[in-house]
Amino acid sequence: MSALNPVEPFLRSDRIPHIWCPGCGIGTTVNCFARALIESKVDLNSVAVVSGIGCTGRVAGYVKLDSFHTTHGRAIPFATGLKLANPNLNVIVYSGDGDLSAIGGNHLIHAARRNIDLKVICVNNLTYAMTGGQTAPTTPEHAITATSPYGTFEPAFNLPHLLDASGAVYVARWTTFHVRQLARAMQEIFKKKGFGFIEVLSPCPTLYQRRNKMGDGLDTMKFYKEKSKVRHGAPTSEVGLTLNGEIIVGKFVDRDRPDYASLMRAQYVEALGDRYVDCSLSRECCEDESACSDEACSEFETTPGKETVCN
Amino acid sequence: MAIAMAAPRRLKMKADPSGVLTGTHFIDGDHACCEGALAAGARFAAGYPITPSTEVVERFASRVPTVGGTFIQMEDELAASIALQGAVWGGAKAFTVTSGPGFSLMMEHIGYAAMTETPCVFVDVQRGGPSTGLPTLPAQADMMQARWGSHGDYQIIALCPNSPQECFDLTIRAFNFAEEFRVPVMFMMDEVVGHMTEKVVIPPAEQIEVTPRRHTRSLASAYLPYATNGDLVPEIAHAGEGYKFHVTGLTHDERGYPNMTPQVQQKLINRLHNKIASAADRITLYEEEQIDNADVIVISYGITSRVAQRAIEMARARGIKTGKFRLITAWPFPEKQVRDLASRAKALIVPELNLGQMVREVERAAAGKCRVVSVSHAGGGVHRPDDILSAILEATR
Repeated sequence: MSALNPVEPFLRSDRIPHIWCPGCGIGTTVNCFARALIESKVDLNSVAVVSGIGCTGRVAGYVKLDSFHTTHGRAIPFATGLKLANPNLNVIVYSGDGDLSAIGGNHLIHAARRNIDLKVICVNNLTYAMTGGQTAPTTPEHAITATSPYGTFEPAFNLPHLLDASGAVYVARWTTFHVRQLARAMQEIFKKKGFGFIEVLSPCPTLYQRRNKMGDGLDTMKFYKEKSKVRHGAPTSEVGLTLNGEIIVGKFVDRDRPDYASLMRAQYVEALGDRYVDCSLSRECCEDESACSDEACSEFETTPGKETVCN
Repeated sequence: MAIAMAAPRRLKMKADPSGVLTGTHFIDGDHACCEGALAAGARFAAGYPITPSTEVVERFASRVPTVGGTFIQMEDELAASIALQGAVWGGAKAFTVTSGPGFSLMMEHIGYAAMTETPCVFVDVQRGGPSTGLPTLPAQADMMQARWGSHGDYQIIALCPNSPQECFDLTIRAFNFAEEFRVPVMFMMDEVVGHMTEKVVIPPAEQIEVTPRRHTRSLASAYLPYATNGDLVPEIAHAGEGYKFHVTGLTHDERGYPNMTPQVQQKLINRLHNKIASAADRITLYEEEQIDNADVIVISYGITSRVAQRAIEMARARGIKTGKFRLITAWPFPEKQVRDLASRAKALIVPELNLGQMVREVERAAAGKCRVVSVSHAGGGVHRPDDILSAILEATR
């Protein structure tokens, strides 16, 4: 038996090999994610990963955590319900650029506006990869895609700018070349309360890079290395991406404002006083601790003094 | 293997008194539905405003902070219909409320709930359609959509209250069915039932039975999220409990892992179908009256059953042996019962506020054994009792 890879305990090794192509960067981001979890010493039982649909949407299926592969674009609203029902969870939304910013774009900006305590890792390969490399809202102008065979002419989203304007408390961009910085950024958003967003540029050699004659995965690493400029705190309006231009990376936004749950609690306390039952659903409400000693007990179903499912 | 419990759990609990507004009230169906949800233990609702359903969540938003729970108004119905499922996997009982246009948007996640076996309730206060239609006026035209609206093959349960009292009582049943079968339950109200105000009696909590979540008692190391034991319904774990389970809308095996083979599809989809179909006798609720010697039987549901009652009484006054059969459960359709009605009567009269939806099921179950007469209505109002009476008279001529 070879030495255990340090990230192996974080993966569902019974699901390997994964579906990602050679040169794809998604696996690299997962490696960073696992390392960030190790470094941050977060209780893994409290971490839930929610993905949408697409190549990055498959991340939920490979991590050995409570993990939800939801519908296309809806990872964020699912995660919103999950987090509100159990505020003790650390909820990570791990999905792709098309999933999060096109079909899920409305949910993305509203979750940022509400400042729901979610950590969003957006792997941006600049295209819809799972379906064959079509134009995405992130595809840079003039890039060739399956549905823009003569070159894209739609302006693209500048995701950090969008999230900054929508109210995210943490916004950063890195590439899969910047593995240490990426893992560190992930650790930072794990710790930070509120809506955090990390955009990770990641190659899709099979579709995007090939069609645009940008070489393979290694060539893309060289491209990222040459074109990237670290500019922490750069105004997000200036970090838009172009086909071959420079890539501004770094931490652009790191600010504090109360998250949704804190605002909700404050408002209810002010309006209702003692009548407000601050019960994050079940957990603090479960007065009869002894009835809930079984770890598999459904605490929410526990009515004090009544027979419960865990008896 | 997961630890297999010898017998499926059938334990009932009493309602949590904090959510039960015991007493006699004069409230509308929308508010009664909200009280039913609270009594059933719902502590999470996600909604998006839409007439004529909004009063349900308005009341929930007002009540739930003092009961202990969460209401969130989402950015659209797509979001509401999936946020509630996140809450279910976080441990809550949860529901959403909408009307036709929103119900159309929620179809995606009714399929997700069916596929992932997420116990939850979708309330649809039906209004005239298609499209924006008649926002403030009734219809019963989402009945087929409730059954078939999401893509693929799946089963749901749908209940049809015909009074504010039933909006309370049956909402509790809806949650109980959702938990027992781990299935999305459609609560098919209509604008009139939603907005009519009547007496609603809410009993003491100890008289209200609620079905607890089918939570696994398996050890994390042995837990298989989609393994079943006998009664075709798997046991659930919630996020954060250490089970480290995976849930996907892809075709999946007992581990919850994607497995997109025809064999796994066969097994999974048939089980999702059979867990409801095989329990249809327990799920199909109905009300019948004077069917034994009836020449004609009127089959109706929801608000239309209230109008049909008048027509039935008018027909009886004319000496026509008229029976009444009211669908309380629309889906699964009470096939066996309707087949039996068809063998007793000369004709089955089916008034409904649509151009002929549940009547197709009646025709299918009757299988030519008697006449089946549709009394359709495009919605925007209710039938005139005379229209139903005419159909009864015509059928006995």
